[in-house]
Amino acid sequence: MHQVITTFLSPHDFRVALPNVWAGFQVNLKLMVVAEALVLVLALAIAVIRGLPGRGARPLRALMIVYTDFFRGTPLILVAFVVGFGMPALNIGLVNNRSNFTYGVIALTLVYTAYVTEVYRAGIESVHPSQRMAARSLGLNYAQSMRYVVIPQAVRRVIPPLLNDFIGLQKDTALVSVIGVAEAALQSQGYSQTYANFTSYTVAAVFFVLLTIPLARFTDHLILVRERRERATAV
Amino acid sequence: MSANGQASFVDVRNVSKRFGDLEVLKHVSLDVAEHNVVCLIGASGSGKSTLLRCINLLEQVDEGSIVVDGQEVTDGSIDVNALRRKIGIVFQAYNLFPHMTVLDNVTLAPRKVRRARQREARDTALELLQRIGLADKADEFPDRLSGGQQQRVAIVRALAMEPKLMLLDEITSALDPQLVSEVLSLVRELAETGMTMVIATHEMSFAKEVADKVCFLDAGVICEEGHPAQIFSEPREPRTREFLARVIEAGRM
Repeated sequence: MHQVITTFLSPHDFRVALPNVWAGFQVNLKLMVVAEALVLVLALAIAVIRGLPGRGARPLRALMIVYTDFFRGTPLILVAFVVGFGMPALNIGLVNNRSNFTYGVIALTLVYTAYVTEVYRAGIESVHPSQRMAARSLGLNYAQSMRYVVIPQAVRRVIPPLLNDFIGLQKDTALVSVIGVAEAALQSQGYSQTYANFTSYTVAAVFFVLLTIPLARFTDHLILVRERRERATAV
Repeated sequence: MSANGQASFVDVRNVSKRFGDLEVLKHVSLDVAEHNVVCLIGASGSGKSTLLRCINLLEQVDEGSIVVDGQEVTDGSIDVNALRRKIGIVFQAYNLFPHMTVLDNVTLAPRKVRRARQREARDTALELLQRIGLADKADEFPDRLSGGQQQRVAIVRALAMEPKLMLLDEITSALDPQLVSEVLSLVRELAETGMTMVIATHEMSFAKEVADKVCFLDAGVICEEGHPAQIFSEPREPRTREFLARVIEAGRM
């Protein structure tokens, strides 16, 4: 028991590892914020494209389906390797000379956009067709009825699942350590390899959990509020 | 030309519509003169709603043609959104936008489609809401309103676009009986102002009172049409008689 405590929960090592791991965790926070912002915008765009009507939009829709199928099925760690080590090997000015941080953001965004697209799509499909019909019959065109009537309702409905994916993204920022982004997990690893003590990982875990708990409770709260509201309006 | 010699505002010619194997409308023809009110009666599934939806192109006809205000709507090249601007439609389930206040529901189309200024759209909307006694509900969300209030807001939302034709699709069918009259009296007022309307309804006494012409639909065919006095007191067709007898039996007239 004593050994477990000194190896994983040593107060001394906790204090010593803290500054580096905290510095690393700030990188996680940045990864998370930048990637999430990109994901929210891109996924909505893709979800809308996938719902476009008509024959003309068929190739576009197909392209988006291929994208989401591919990146939902591929482990993030593989995508991180391909982006982090493969892109620099390309001789393309725009992508071959970026920081590891940027590659990390690209990998996270590629994978999570695929997930979140499906969330948005479910939301859009959950808006009753009569809403679209009412909008169109007032003279709003397709884009306007999506913009003002369908999407606002869809987004409101999917906020809880979006937050769940956001929690997933938060944790997965640690995975991009594999391409050398100096985030909390990598910093913890550095400490443990130097001092043969694993308390640094505990420090990182504490940071992640402290960040996740409020978000999880907030999600629960939103779900509860909505349930109450729906029960109140159900006639 | 319609029966009374006026040029028709809505001219439905020989329209057929199928959903898969089901023929919902079979060679239907209908004239609506300007400022007239035409009521469509008939059992559920007789094609009343589909006919209304074909007029503002929520459904495409398979055969035949429809002309509204001199414009052939069944011509594939028509600007659908421009057409719908002059045709208001109100649905059985109100279909208000639940994420917007009553005021925003009413001003959305004027602002986005007609590009009215915010201020102007707001003033018009408040005036309309005032007229139906709901100005104090302008900032409420639809789920705070009763069914009758919601349906009246839906009517006003359509009126805010200043349509030349109103299509009412069984607008009282989802309402509690005590809320029906407040909606019908609004429709009555509209009729008095000379609004051209096509109304699908189960409210026979209302149809009798407000309609210039009543059409009885049965299995996708206009079985009989005529002046309400004639249709309701001396129907010629056996099927009309049968339908009205059932309506009377159900105590709905």
